[in-house]
Amino acid sequence: MTSLTLVRRLKARPSIVFEALTTPKGIASWWGPDAGPVLVAETDLRVGGRFRVRFRTLDGSEHESTGEYLEIVAPKRLVMSWQWTTGGEPAEAGHLSRLEIDLKPIDSGTELTLTHARLTTEASRISHERGWAGAMEKLVQRFSHDSADHQT
Amino acid sequence: MVKYSHKQLDRTFAALGDPTRRAIIARLEREDSASVSDLAKPFVIKLPAVMKHLDVLDDAGLIVRSKKGRTVTVHLRAEPIKEAMEWLSRYERFWSKSLDRLAAYAEAREAETKRKKP
Repeated sequence: MTSLTLVRRLKARPSIVFEALTTPKGIASWWGPDAGPVLVAETDLRVGGRFRVRFRTLDGSEHESTGEYLEIVAPKRLVMSWQWTTGGEPAEAGHLSRLEIDLKPIDSGTELTLTHARLTTEASRISHERGWAGAMEKLVQRFSHDSADHQT
Repeated sequence: MVKYSHKQLDRTFAALGDPTRRAIIARLEREDSASVSDLAKPFVIKLPAVMKHLDVLDDAGLIVRSKKGRTVTVHLRAEPIKEAMEWLSRYERFWSKSLDRLAAYAEAREAETKRKKP
């Protein structure tokens, strides 16, 4: 597992979710891991256009990511490249990953599937291998547990 | 904050990207340590092939080998794996928290839209 997939059900129609994902106003209201502010949100929503989002987390550090829109099918699918340009991970600067978001209409609103893929170069090369995902998930559980224990 | 090296992450994921090496790691995780000959027993492949896998794990810093007399004992070094898992879980936290807020925002907009057009 070197890609990460999350699925969420939202009580909002796909067009509203799509707008929240692609407009500066929308992005500014949710992007980031905590309640820290989004400082810059720019989107040039066309294939080949770029986005740039800069946010500050509550610990005071600033992070910026940019990327290029690779696929836009409103209000169903959004694919973009992704890289951190500012943040705590200098080793990751310049590394391109891939973000895919699919929106499926359901009775209660929208089922959103987000996949952040190609998180490491090696990982993307071997991610097609059978058995990788399941085995990695087990390792994640085992070692995430361990490290959580160590922190306390 | 831990600084992650992409080279180390690549080495860790590459080392874990092979079923034989994962089986070795899983066994060492259960048993803490094992001799090379014990490790090789469950596999169809020959001892030199197992040794090559151990070299890869050693290069990635996932195992440590120690020699006592004629027996080579292999120990697990879990730190690089934990680091790789923590690195992944940071992405998971980022997206999980972001999507919580996205849901709250989109649901509020949906409610607004419905109020305007009942």
